[in-house]
Amino acid sequence: MTILFLSILFSYLGGIFLPLCFPNREFIQNTMAHGLASVACLLGLVLGYEGLTDPEPWHIALSSNIPLLELSLRLDRLAAFFLVMISLVGLATSVYALGYVTEYYGKVSMGTLGSLYNGFLLSMTLVVLADNAFFFLILWELMSVTSYFLVVTEHEKNEVRYAGLFYLVMTHIGTAFIILTFLVLFQNAESFSFEAFRQSGHTVPERLGTVVFLAALIGFGTKAGIVPLHVWLPYAHPTAPSHVSALMSGVMVKTAIYGLIRVYFDFLDGEFPWWWGVVVLVVGTVSALLGVMYALMQHDLKKLLAYSSVENIGIILMGIGAGMIFSAYGFPELAALGIIAGLYHTLNHAVFKSLLFLGAGSLLYATHTRNMEEYGGLLKRMPWTGLFFLIGAVAISALPPTNGFVSEWLIFQNLFLAYQIPDILLDILLPIAAAMLALSGGLALACFAKAFGISFLALPRGSHAKHAQETPIPMRIGLGGLAVMCLVLGMGPIFVIPVLDQVSAEFVGVSVAERILTMDGWALTTANFASVSMPALAIMLLALSGVGLLFAHLLGGKLQSRSYKTWGCGLNVTSRMEYTATGFAQPIKRMFSTVYQPTIKLESEMLEESRYFAKRKHFDSYITPFFQQYLYEPVVNIFLRMSDRLRNMTVAHELNLYLGYVFAALLVVLLLVR
Amino acid sequence: MFGNICLIFLQMVVILGVSPFVVGLIRKVKAWLQCRKGPSVFQPYADLRKIFCKEAVIPSTTSWIFTITPYILFGSTLAAGLLVPAFFADMPLGFAGNIIALVYLLALGTFFLILAGLDAGSAFGGMGSSREALVASVTEPAMILSIFAIGLTAGSTNLNTIVHRTALFQGVTTDPAPHLLALGALFIVALAETGRVPVDNPATHLELTMIHEAMILDYSGRYLALVEWAASMKLLVFLSLLVNIFAPWGIAVEATAGAMTLGLVAYLVKVSALAVVIGILECTVAKLRLFRLSELLGAAFILALLAVIFFYMFRG
Repeated sequence: MTILFLSILFSYLGGIFLPLCFPNREFIQNTMAHGLASVACLLGLVLGYEGLTDPEPWHIALSSNIPLLELSLRLDRLAAFFLVMISLVGLATSVYALGYVTEYYGKVSMGTLGSLYNGFLLSMTLVVLADNAFFFLILWELMSVTSYFLVVTEHEKNEVRYAGLFYLVMTHIGTAFIILTFLVLFQNAESFSFEAFRQSGHTVPERLGTVVFLAALIGFGTKAGIVPLHVWLPYAHPTAPSHVSALMSGVMVKTAIYGLIRVYFDFLDGEFPWWWGVVVLVVGTVSALLGVMYALMQHDLKKLLAYSSVENIGIILMGIGAGMIFSAYGFPELAALGIIAGLYHTLNHAVFKSLLFLGAGSLLYATHTRNMEEYGGLLKRMPWTGLFFLIGAVAISALPPTNGFVSEWLIFQNLFLAYQIPDILLDILLPIAAAMLALSGGLALACFAKAFGISFLALPRGSHAKHAQETPIPMRIGLGGLAVMCLVLGMGPIFVIPVLDQVSAEFVGVSVAERILTMDGWALTTANFASVSMPALAIMLLALSGVGLLFAHLLGGKLQSRSYKTWGCGLNVTSRMEYTATGFAQPIKRMFSTVYQPTIKLESEMLEESRYFAKRKHFDSYITPFFQQYLYEPVVNIFLRMSDRLRNMTVAHELNLYLGYVFAALLVVLLLVR
Repeated sequence: MFGNICLIFLQMVVILGVSPFVVGLIRKVKAWLQCRKGPSVFQPYADLRKIFCKEAVIPSTTSWIFTITPYILFGSTLAAGLLVPAFFADMPLGFAGNIIALVYLLALGTFFLILAGLDAGSAFGGMGSSREALVASVTEPAMILSIFAIGLTAGSTNLNTIVHRTALFQGVTTDPAPHLLALGALFIVALAETGRVPVDNPATHLELTMIHEAMILDYSGRYLALVEWAASMKLLVFLSLLVNIFAPWGIAVEATAGAMTLGLVAYLVKVSALAVVIGILECTVAKLRLFRLSELLGAAFILALLAVIFFYMFRG
């Protein structure tokens, strides 16, 4: 396994350095960077598979000269699961990138782009393998920095630089809290190694445990994009090149889920008060609901997808939060079910979100715009991309027979099983959370019906969409692979559940796969309370649609059809008569106006001679960015004012005064550490 | 095995065969209340047969989504129909999906219908789709919560188990309050989901007030027939859910010919009675404005929540 790991490491390192050796040979740079990344991801899949099947975790450690830092890696089941996820999505995006980055030829340096891409993948791979807190932080930071550089690929644009800065600031606030988490654990364990954290986790006093819990939630939550720490996500994710967006939204946010599970269930050993679970559940529910609500209002396709990531992270946290509650109340089997559901959704979201982001990238490639209002009629022009995007949209709307349905179904059941908890507050809270999950599911359906319907159906609304063409083959292969995965993961809980069960069994200590999978694995059952069989549903859908076809032929005979223009009240239908993305979401905007706080401005300038004829009209409609306006801006303003005042105080015209400041600061530090 | 296949086939025949009758019955009741004679209750069968034979006009703006949607809609609705016990409490396909799977199967059809509405490119289709998306999403919480309330009282969300236990007076008899509250919630949800007054008016002729009809405005021929048939099946699925979850008495719990026949008769009587109620309701209640829908569905949500709370309070 060490050899396997080293080959992965060297493939990535090759991907980082080789493209830089061929300046201005863009084709070679592209092929090398993304080819090597694909190889590394393939090997990563193999290593992940080994990690999932090997009884003993693989471990490797190198000591270093730096105190407290030990370069140690450990591949347990949890790490292996995330490694598989990263490699799977990474493989698809790398193949896709082979075609996609041709768009950037001559605009940005292919060597830098390729080597940063490999560095990003490598750092994510190592983050989940790291077995030392110090090493983990270095890799975490590396992951943040490489992704920052990828976000600002098109740095000559103003909004890109803004998005990059926003991301950089937020991610460091997150890192600060993660450092706090590890420092508290370090104080208790007196070592930075994860093994020591694991050994001493249950001795953490309760008050410090609470600090660890909250700091980890904020720290990792910033990366995951939980509300209200999500504000950077819709700026940064869409700005990066699409194959990187797919990685950031599909995979990078999941490293935060990895961190949370690692800290709560591995280090703290699943021993925590019940309200921790409630906090995670509530945060998840709020994120799920607000994420999808904001997603609905976007007509920038990539921003829509970024907000939808906030929703799905929320859904994952609902599963994990429910698992934590059950764990605290001593229901290990239900806790295992919660973790399994959360992890299943983690994997599913990685697959369909990266599929959709790559699909959005294909649209960007073909039309040069991210604005959905200029799309339309693309299904006829890009049939393959359209089909794959449709599968992704069905999956993310959690409709059978795709993978999104399985994991949401499991989370529903897990929340329903709350009736076993002897606490009436939770008995009522969890079903309400389930109802909110249903609402966010319904809104997600509306959101992705809009995303697909407005982009791909009816008539093109802009000239770019009219002349769009199908994308190069590597891009379609990347999309197609992920689309197939959506269906496979949907039909095959029989293969996925046992794997996830082993991951969760590491922490919870009980295996539930045999009780969930009934009828030789054909059906999923939860505590005799519910059952579903994905293969049966799929077969039923197919067969019964066939019954429809049969009836059409029996009763109607041979199909007689004629193509004619759509009826438009006697006018020829043009693209201006179509519903727009904004129009489609308008009823929802109005019904939930308390959340959106929409503002509509209508200014008209009348002709001087008449009060009835307008010379010019200006219409403006926007929704209030609530968290930015009421939460972030006040804080930022306070900081700016304080730094202004400090500057006025400290800006001196003499060197001596500066030296005095330095001396005073030194004195204070010495007094503190005395 | 052979018996099970016969049962599935029989259930399919019942769902396919009875659904146009329910639509005809509601129309007849409405006609009577409006002092008209009205068409025969069997008129929808003749309509379906006629539309199946007509030539289909397909808008030139559309893609394959438009032509595949009727089949997906038909298939998913019929699949949902096979999950609901109609005349026999232990349907062989019960393992395939519980009530949540049923809800999401119906949502699959809705999703494709929304897409088809957008595909024709006319403003009416888009309007219908946009409104349907709103209705479909805001009904979800009340639906899931009422399902949960039912699941609590019956101890399962599997439809077979719910129906079986309720039919044999296991679980619900101690206190009927949660059961009745959940019934109220699910009834409102059913009206909204199947596009009946006060949420949508299936008999409207004015495009601007349409929801479901606006989405399917551009369908004709066999495609229209399939969509209409699927819509009536969806209505029957919800009626069957209501009558068999809340009043399954009469349903066959043993697989004997006599019990089955009795179950079938009881099923027809119960479904017809509920259809009459809906017909009366449609004549006496005005359609709500679209944006006041949240109040109606909010009420349904509160009813379902009360059902859950009552369950825990009376549990002891």
